[in-house]
Amino acid sequence: MSRARLLLLQILVAVALIGAWHVVSNYPVVGDVKNIRFFFSTPGDVALRVWKFFYTGVIWKHLWITLEETLLAFVIGAGSGVAIGFWFARQPLVAAVFDPYVKMANALPRVVLAPIFMLWFGLGIWSKVALGVTLVFFIVFFNVYQGVKEVSPVVLANARMLGMNERQLLRHVYWPSALSWMFSSLHTSVGFALVGAVVGEYLGAASGLGYLIHEAEGTFDVTGVFAGMVVLSAFVLVVDYAVTLIEGRLMKWRPARAD
Amino acid sequence: MASDPDPDAAPAIALEGVSVAFGAGASAYTAVADVDLAVAPGEFVAIVGPTGCGKSTLLNVVAGLLAPARGVARFRGRPVAGITIEAGYLFQQDALMPWKTALANIAVALEVAGASRAEADRQGRAWLARVGLARFADRYPHQLSGGQKKRVALAQMLVRDPAVLLMDEPFGPLDAQTRGLMGDLLLSLWSADRKAVLFVTHDLEEAIALADRVVVMSAGPASRIVAEHRIDLPRPRATADIRLEPRFHALQRAIWADLKAEVMKAYGDQFGEVAP
Repeated sequence: MSRARLLLLQILVAVALIGAWHVVSNYPVVGDVKNIRFFFSTPGDVALRVWKFFYTGVIWKHLWITLEETLLAFVIGAGSGVAIGFWFARQPLVAAVFDPYVKMANALPRVVLAPIFMLWFGLGIWSKVALGVTLVFFIVFFNVYQGVKEVSPVVLANARMLGMNERQLLRHVYWPSALSWMFSSLHTSVGFALVGAVVGEYLGAASGLGYLIHEAEGTFDVTGVFAGMVVLSAFVLVVDYAVTLIEGRLMKWRPARAD
Repeated sequence: MASDPDPDAAPAIALEGVSVAFGAGASAYTAVADVDLAVAPGEFVAIVGPTGCGKSTLLNVVAGLLAPARGVARFRGRPVAGITIEAGYLFQQDALMPWKTALANIAVALEVAGASRAEADRQGRAWLARVGLARFADRYPHQLSGGQKKRVALAQMLVRDPAVLLMDEPFGPLDAQTRGLMGDLLLSLWSADRKAVLFVTHDLEEAIALADRVVVMSAGPASRIVAEHRIDLPRPRATADIRLEPRFHALQRAIWADLKAEVMKAYGDQFGEVAP
């Protein structure tokens, strides 16, 4: 299928959905328009609100805060995930001792940690960063641990035969292998960093996209909730696209994925 | 034992009563038993034998990747202890680092030995040209064909100028034509400075076409050396043409007579005796 045709079909889906929404919220086809507007708002109002967000500039502060929290959560979570994943993989005893605790910590639904983090780090950005870190850390940790463990034994034996000592093996074999596994989980971990930030904001904050949505919800301002969701979705798409670009640069030694 | 023997006078490789076992206790499995084998400096020795006879095990003992249960492996006179980094090893499987380009894979072999980046790059490029891949320096392994990857691996092994070459069915995964071309390439590179080679293969024709001496191993477990044949075909050889020589066929018939019994034994063990 050609690119243009695919794009056309994709746009068609959006038009159909928004069209249906518009009709239902403006004409009494399925019920009282007022009632439906209270629960679903209208596409026109939502678009107007989004435009207002950017026109007045109120959105930039919230976007910036959310982006900052996401990046910090990703950097800290990924950094510690790589370091500890690497350490565990190279020290089987340490890994064996900590194994039940790692599993336990990972099994914990992260949302229950939010109140604790609020208490510890306050209502500023750091409680949201902490929540994101707990999500990102485990994804990167498990990937790197696996990556270092599963370095091809032939590549390793060959590197040894080339005269590499332990330090050189780390640099030329283990480290690139671990990083490649980290990058292969880049989309997931950046996504989770964002989830941590938004959920944290939702539960208690004074700024950020999650806060914006929560605030609108608190005043039964459905238009505000939907407008916040639109901005959040667009933001996710932009971040995901940036990750794809970075991934393409860093992973060019990898065969193209089949999908 | 005298202190350090002269490494150039001693056999390049000497196995003395080497046995290798895997596992312990009742489940122990003896792969090779009491193998004596010496490879002279400059000699090209091929080991043939049925699958699973422990041919590769012997290479790994010489390389220091595996410790023998009994016996001694000597490398240029000295007992093998730890990895034998003066030896070059060409693996059957892909052993290139997938995250490095063809050039970087070769250059890193020199860099880890302390060469400067510029010098390593220069020699790496020279070796890429020698294996016919000058235009492929910036390709990653996944962008190369099986034969091209083997050429890079060959250059990676040779760029360090190892004293002895160990090869474990290196051309096994390649198609027949590529395998012939790789054999010719190997012979032309080898004839430049005639290093001792221990070459493991299951392909008898390949062994005869390349080697000075062919060693036949018995079926496992506890495989031994059952026969040795000197290959008196003239050099330089072209592997495709030499297969047509009458002398080649005579050698093939003689060695196959020894090898056949072992192959049948291995076959019987794998598939069970067939009742009449």
